Amino acid sequence: MSAAASWARRATLFIGFVFLYAPIVILAVMSFNASRLVSVWGGFSTKWYAALLENEQLLHSAKISLAAALTSATIATLLGLLAAISLARFGRFRTRMLFFGAVHAPLVLPEVVLGLALLTCFVAFGVGRGFVTLVIGHVTLTMCFTTVAILAALRDSDPALEEAAMDLGATPLGAFIRVALPQIAPAIVTAYLLAFTLSLDDLVIASFATGPGATTLPMRIYSQVRLGVSPQINAISTLLLALVAVALGLAALVSSGRARRDGKW
Amino acid sequence: MSARRRLSLGERLVIAAPYLWIGAFFLAPMLLIAKISVSQSVLARPPYRPIFEPSDSLAAIWAKAQTFSFDAYRALMSDTLYLESYLSSLTIAAVSTLIALIIAYPFALAMARAPERLRPMLIGLAAAPFWTSFLIRVYAWIALLKDDGLINNALMALGLISAPLQMFATTGAVVVGIVYSYLPFMLLPLYAALERQDPSLREAAADLGASPAQVFLRVTLPLSREGVIAGALLVFIPAVGEFVIPDLLGGSETLMIGRTLWNDFFSNHDWPAASAAAIALVAVLMIPLLLWERARLADEDDAR
Amino acid sequence: MSAPLLSIKGVSKKFGAVVALEEVSLDVGAGEFFALLGPSGCGKTTLMRCIAGFESPDAGTISLSVVDLSGVPPYRRPVNMMFQSYALFPHLNVFENIAFGLRRQGGTRDAIDARVGELLAMTQLSAFGHRRIDELSGGQKQRVALARALAPRPKMLLLDEPLAALDRKLREETQFQLKEIQRLTQTSFVIVTHDQDEALALADRIAVMRAGRVEQVAGPMEIYDRPATRFVAGFVGETNFIEGRLDRNGAAALVAEFGRIPCEPGDLPDGARATLSVRPERIGVAREGEGIAGFVENFVFRGETTLLRVRVARDIVLRAAACHGERHAIGDSVRLNFPPGAGTLLAEET
Repeated sequence: MSAAASWARRATLFIGFVFLYAPIVILAVMSFNASRLVSVWGGFSTKWYAALLENEQLLHSAKISLAAALTSATIATLLGLLAAISLARFGRFRTRMLFFGAVHAPLVLPEVVLGLALLTCFVAFGVGRGFVTLVIGHVTLTMCFTTVAILAALRDSDPALEEAAMDLGATPLGAFIRVALPQIAPAIVTAYLLAFTLSLDDLVIASFATGPGATTLPMRIYSQVRLGVSPQINAISTLLLALVAVALGLAALVSSGRARRDGKW
Repeated sequence: MSARRRLSLGERLVIAAPYLWIGAFFLAPMLLIAKISVSQSVLARPPYRPIFEPSDSLAAIWAKAQTFSFDAYRALMSDTLYLESYLSSLTIAAVSTLIALIIAYPFALAMARAPERLRPMLIGLAAAPFWTSFLIRVYAWIALLKDDGLINNALMALGLISAPLQMFATTGAVVVGIVYSYLPFMLLPLYAALERQDPSLREAAADLGASPAQVFLRVTLPLSREGVIAGALLVFIPAVGEFVIPDLLGGSETLMIGRTLWNDFFSNHDWPAASAAAIALVAVLMIPLLLWERARLADEDDAR
Repeated sequence: MSAPLLSIKGVSKKFGAVVALEEVSLDVGAGEFFALLGPSGCGKTTLMRCIAGFESPDAGTISLSVVDLSGVPPYRRPVNMMFQSYALFPHLNVFENIAFGLRRQGGTRDAIDARVGELLAMTQLSAFGHRRIDELSGGQKQRVALARALAPRPKMLLLDEPLAALDRKLREETQFQLKEIQRLTQTSFVIVTHDQDEALALADRIAVMRAGRVEQVAGPMEIYDRPATRFVAGFVGETNFIEGRLDRNGAAALVAEFGRIPCEPGDLPDGARATLSVRPERIGVAREGEGIAGFVENFVFRGETTLLRVRVARDIVLRAAACHGERHAIGDSVRLNFPPGAGTLLAEET
């Protein structure tokens, strides 16, 4: 490749990554700003982080969000696995189109529509809204993502391996558990993490599906943010970003370690 | 087309749980809002008049069906607020998608042409923001775009402008927010399509007399078509129904269907109108998806 | 002799610490069918990519019709290449693939249509103009790639392992087609191959390459009968390497452990250590009489001939081809005859 092309490539990458990361980095820097104003640097301070620790409402909401994310990601991954198996392995059964459409719909449906439908349903059947309805909402939202992630892995897996297992005396169920499942295990982990992240991040569905006493962290952040830039929100955002950065860093280390062990490097 | 098969008992056990879940928490609610969309609006809680009672006989249901009110749909057509919201949503989503494509294409190309050992790291960095909170990423732009925000301050400090530009609370800010938030969705399929391309195709084109610009226009670009389509859909579809971005970055004049629905539901309590708009939106978005799956199944049949 | 079409002088190329080409010099004439032959990693593909303009040499010059090509980008070189993978454009049909180079040159629609039609006919693809690339068989793809590279009437066509992806039967048929098309178009063809049969069958002249260097440039017969180095002798065709000392007294002969073998001494001094390369089919096999004694250790029926492994000393086994019809059994004792000029004497490699 010519020197000019290589220079242009580097410049493009630089500009692209600046665009992607500058807003996040600025936000993180601002969280250490002693001044309340965006435009004034009042010196380095961790006072907004200290204030966070005393904000009971925010801490409570963080716990709710975490609990909802753990619960709903678990259920959504299980349901997604079952749905993916049905779509990948059961051929063209009756009502497949309905099942396929209903499973994939939340992917393309605006969250507002799904939330609106769920809320209407809860009201119509007199279901009290709270943590349970929140989890129901999040499972319904994230199940399509887990299904798609696992379905892709199932379609890529080699059916001959399962056939070989059955040829060697495994039952279809046994062959699936011993052979197919380990193959798609990385996709299942990805699906779980995806569902967890989406649930933790969701504002719209939560606003419709949850009730008083189960206000999630994004809802708290949102109600603050509507009023403008707030240093405390900067601080909690930075914490959340740091958490994701650490998790992604660990994931990268693990996968590069695995690649090295497999002799790919 | 081959005959539909019946599921065995074991298979039924597997499919039962996901089927029941989406039946109870997706299909039933959607049917319910379909029903509400043909009810009459009342000032009550719930704010619509029930149509069917569990005790209704078939004849009674038929009789009641005569009383279906299509007022909400009629209103949808005549109420300019909804029509304008739809059109404005589609426009904003289309413009944002186009800008995201223009930004992402050279970016993805630079990643796909980077040395092979760097590519996993680059793509990891490009995808990482996707795992961070959407709300926080949108929020980060408020500090940049506000009248006393960083961009205006920087421009004034440089002496380029004398008074702050109104960027926050405009439709432009919404477009910026959508482009920024959904850029990874555009980037990943484009990168995948470009990285997959056989470099010998570009060499073949150059060998046959195509200049670098012609190689790009005649070979690289047409071969990345699938990536462009996938990326555009992944940005456009969620952008149409977006609520958070117009609500946080947009002004009062920024109409988007997600926000209009939200307001009608929570503030105006016009459930039939909101339901009718939601049903219309579902129909518009779901039909292409089902057609696509049908085409995929037909392709599978051909391949056999 | 007029100036050659392509002239390569002292071309060297390194990739990091790996030497791909070292001081390569050779000429290719107009209308010639030239082969670059060698094992994988010998630098033949790098040399071809230097000619096409995809790599630039670290040293040396490549000139075409006396014009130095250095700094000329691939798209301005009157040289076209047929890629090993064919590199057909999947988004274009057969017709548009072939027309690609013509459209870059400009030219009227009628002229392009006519030229593409001509090439479709030449490659027997007339019925396939509107086919998509993924609807073609391997042999058809190969012909589209050839037609596409020939369409802009290049001064020289480079072919990178053009037959490697075809099965054996199709390969032979295609060899004849390639020769025929080269004869019809009068274009210089430079083919890169690791397959000695292919090079011998197709080329007017062959350059045998090894580790970035050219070992020998000659016609196929000479390469086969008079290999310049031990590597060429071993790489092209089957051979026996017989080690010994040269005896120039009287009729020159190589004195090996198992006997004297007559040979042409060349300019090697008396008593020099040397290796004689003798092709199995040049060794005469008889049941009795004169010659070097040995016994049949094993044999393989090859149709036209039977290849015998004959042990002539405790740890020396020679391969000899017996004519069709002669039957041999394991353990038979035989006599091997070496007619004068049967082998080529190779100096010890330093």
